[in-house]
Amino acid sequence: MAVAPPLLRVEHLTMRFGGLVAVGDLGFTARRGEITALIGPNGAGKTTVFNCITGFYKPTEGRIAVVHGEAGLWDELEALTRRGDRHLTLANGGLFLLERMPDHLVSRQAKVARTFQNIRLFSGMTVLENLLVAQHAPLMLASGFSLLGVLGVASYRRAERAAIDKAKHWLALTGLLDRADEPAGALPYGAQRRLEIARAMCTDPVLLCLDEPAAGLNPRESAALNELILTIRDRHATSVLLIEHDMSVVMEISDHVVVLDYGVKIADGTPEEVRNDQKVIAAYLGVADDEVEAVEAEVGL
Amino acid sequence: MDIFVQQLINGITLGSIYGLIAIGYTMVFGIIGMVNFAHGDVFMVSAFIALIAFLVLTTWIGIGSVTLALFIVLIVAMALTAVLNWGIERLAYRPLRGSFRLAPLISAIGMSIFLSNFIQVAQGPRNKSIPPLLSGEFVLMDGGGYQVTLSYKQIMVWVVTAVLLACFWWVVSRTALGRAQRACEQDQKMAALLGVDVDRTISITFVIGAALAAVAGTMYLMYYGVISFADGFTPGVKAFTAAVLGGIGSLPGAVIGGLLIGLVETLWSAYFSIDYKDVAAFSILAIVLIFLPQGLLGRPEVEKV
Amino acid sequence: MALRAARDAAIWGGVALAVFVPLIGLQAVQDIRGELRLDTRWPLLVVLVAMVVGGSLVNSLLIAPWRERRGRRVPHENAALARAAAAFGRWFPPFAVGFVIVFPFLALWLTGMQGSVKWIDNFGIQILIYVMLGFGLNIVVGLAGLLDLGYVAFYAVGAYAYALLAKEFGFSFFTLLPLAGILAAFWGIILGFPVLRLRGDYLAIVTLAFGEIIRLVLINWVPVTNGYAGISGIPRPTFFGIPFNASDEGFAAVFGLEFSPIYRGIFLYYIILALALLTAFVTVRLRRLPIGRAWEALREDEIACRSLGIDTTTTKLTAFAIGAMFGGFAGSFFAARQGFISPESFTFMESATIVAIVVLGGMGSQIGVAVAAVAMIGGTELLRELDVLKEVFGREFDPTQYRMLLFGFAMVLIMIWKPRGLISSRAPSVFLKERKAVAGSLVKEGHG
Repeated sequence: MAVAPPLLRVEHLTMRFGGLVAVGDLGFTARRGEITALIGPNGAGKTTVFNCITGFYKPTEGRIAVVHGEAGLWDELEALTRRGDRHLTLANGGLFLLERMPDHLVSRQAKVARTFQNIRLFSGMTVLENLLVAQHAPLMLASGFSLLGVLGVASYRRAERAAIDKAKHWLALTGLLDRADEPAGALPYGAQRRLEIARAMCTDPVLLCLDEPAAGLNPRESAALNELILTIRDRHATSVLLIEHDMSVVMEISDHVVVLDYGVKIADGTPEEVRNDQKVIAAYLGVADDEVEAVEAEVGL
Repeated sequence: MDIFVQQLINGITLGSIYGLIAIGYTMVFGIIGMVNFAHGDVFMVSAFIALIAFLVLTTWIGIGSVTLALFIVLIVAMALTAVLNWGIERLAYRPLRGSFRLAPLISAIGMSIFLSNFIQVAQGPRNKSIPPLLSGEFVLMDGGGYQVTLSYKQIMVWVVTAVLLACFWWVVSRTALGRAQRACEQDQKMAALLGVDVDRTISITFVIGAALAAVAGTMYLMYYGVISFADGFTPGVKAFTAAVLGGIGSLPGAVIGGLLIGLVETLWSAYFSIDYKDVAAFSILAIVLIFLPQGLLGRPEVEKV
Repeated sequence: MALRAARDAAIWGGVALAVFVPLIGLQAVQDIRGELRLDTRWPLLVVLVAMVVGGSLVNSLLIAPWRERRGRRVPHENAALARAAAAFGRWFPPFAVGFVIVFPFLALWLTGMQGSVKWIDNFGIQILIYVMLGFGLNIVVGLAGLLDLGYVAFYAVGAYAYALLAKEFGFSFFTLLPLAGILAAFWGIILGFPVLRLRGDYLAIVTLAFGEIIRLVLINWVPVTNGYAGISGIPRPTFFGIPFNASDEGFAAVFGLEFSPIYRGIFLYYIILALALLTAFVTVRLRRLPIGRAWEALREDEIACRSLGIDTTTTKLTAFAIGAMFGGFAGSFFAARQGFISPESFTFMESATIVAIVVLGGMGSQIGVAVAAVAMIGGTELLRELDVLKEVFGREFDPTQYRMLLFGFAMVLIMIWKPRGLISSRAPSVFLKERKAVAGSLVKEGHG
């Protein structure tokens, strides 16, 4: 099987907060149609990497690039970087330098969507409204930037119906169809997690970044989440980048795992490779590399 | 140069008054995160209490010594204003703690309207002026027909402000009360778990803020010799500007901010336009909040994603 | 419990005594020589302190236990009550609109030509101006969650724009109305732009500062605004070119009626009613459009908005601009109705009143805002009418003096009673199967 072309390429990413180096010279690639997992102990800098990719933080150094469509566009990367532009858009695809884009354009133009570790739903709005807010940009266009919408033109009503249909599709996939008219804040925890994923998917992303989607879920919900993520990868041509603590999720569904510790990459490979990596085990146990065996014996591994 | 020195003296005097009011804003904001909109009006009410106390002492009791009269007026104004602010906090803010975030602000605006109209109704809408006190002055520089003077009144404002700030500083930095305040500022829940009586600490914060505002009110009355029911709003906004400029939540910041605002106001009036002096104060407020929201001595806020 | 009540009453009585002895018991009055002397009012002091003690007792013996019982009661699903509430929500707005449409004729019929001027002008028009201002500010505060304490600035821009342009160039009211709105919207963007990054109370304070700056400029820019003296002789709106005056070309003469100021009053009433209804209509429509949903989403969680590709800068600016535009409409109407404007009409008190109306109404709710405007403005206007009080408190008692005093106190009490306003639940803008109101406790109040 041929290796899929890269979708996201992170190079020499460094993020400093004052004197603290949260992420140091990180580089990795997420491939199209794959689920890439970013793992590491608490405080390893995983969420910081996410915030850099999605434009919420401006990295101190480094390049973060995404290509849509034609994989040949990767050849333009150096030229685009030198030109100082944010992106290069052609009929058959586009190349985006995320570190140069403000957060809302990362979502709107580069089509990178995200969820948050501590769920950020519009809790006073209904489930359906949450999903319509996610389709803001296309609906805004259809409403003639509100001018036609105020007059109540038919074309906007059609666009809104289409948006509701898309929302229904995602509600069905996440098992929330019956709760569409309930306020998002009243949903149980697991449902809120699923709704946040559905909302991100309503922006039609090419890359979906999930920040600890299984946190706080029970085993049944966690299994359903795995199904959902696999469905997103296989049926919707959306690649997934996820941060996860739950190793069962990571090992079961990831195609590719990147391990961070203290902001530095310590391993990169298939789940199988990473699982047996001495450095990774040492990092998770919190000991130096050469003490791993002794500690493993101690805790009975 | 002469004019500059004179304006510097005037500015420091005015700035001390702003600084005293600003501490009330900054302490309340620090501890419950609320802009106590009524604080300027509490200041105005305290000046009225001082006025009445002064009249009682001079016209009824007939105390001859101005210093003694001032001392008693100061104590009475501080005590009664503290009681008033304690009552305001209990009545208008405490029931709203932990509720809808805008509610305390609206309640404070309502309280501000209530206080100024209460004084208007109870004491009449006209300006109240007292005869000039302590009318002597030192001539510091004399040349070219322009005298730079430092009046006894100004010295009084400086000395009283300095002494009370020192007392206040001792309370918040050295006593258990000050520790409790700082603990509540950091984390009210945790402070409560560790046995700090949060409600009581907040009450005392309001009481101290009001006492300092009363010092400012008394000084304002003695310095300018005139007060009206509408005199709470503008000094209140300027003192709030001072608190923001110094870095809201920071006590030394409030004093420094107060002095700066006082200086800007007097220098602006002297060199540019007296008509636009309030515009200058409001513009500083807007500019500081927009470009330096953490103020001079405050901590910057990091957006958490 | 009685012991506690007595203790609380004693404490509050002590507080009242401490504060009221100097401020009520004594009064500094100027004598003939201009010197201050003290008058005493001990009986009044006793009455007021007794009122405070009584109020404290009533609160701790009656109100507090009642609130506690109500708070403890499990909110059970009462189908009949829910249906009644739904029916009220469904039928109240059309009924209210119908009522305000026939109101002038009702007033004419009930109180006659002379008596109705007061009801149509002082009450009807006055209240509708605030309803309109409340609707306009509601977009900014209620929907987008940006607390604007300087809204009166846009009201002032609209008023001065109309006054100056109408006097200078003689344009008609209906030409200048949109122009004043656009100008105010433009100022909304100018003042909105620098404050976009601010959150929380800071936004409120900066908008307050902007409002004050505009008022101070109006006071000091004498060549254009005539300063404190204000602008008088502002042209009044005409009925398709027919003025409302006693001349032969006047409205009354042309239509063969006897001259009366009431015709102008009725005409103005319908103008402001139309403007208020337009504002309500546009707001209702906008709420169901992506821009309106983005405003509400912004109020709920700004960071999530950004992660969904919403440009929060333009979203906030549109809220400021549209809110300001309606403020500008109301301002130019105000100038046209008064015929005279001065900076006195655009103080911070006005902003505070409008914000109070929006918050009291329940942020985001149109009906709530309208009801709050009627209660606050109508209530304080009504105080003027209470001659009964004169009978009780003596001849020189002037109830209008107490208007703002009671207004401020009512603001405090209402916040304690209903911190989220009269109508706290939120109606969803779209639904799949049925429209269920969102409980107020879930709706966020925004960071501004």
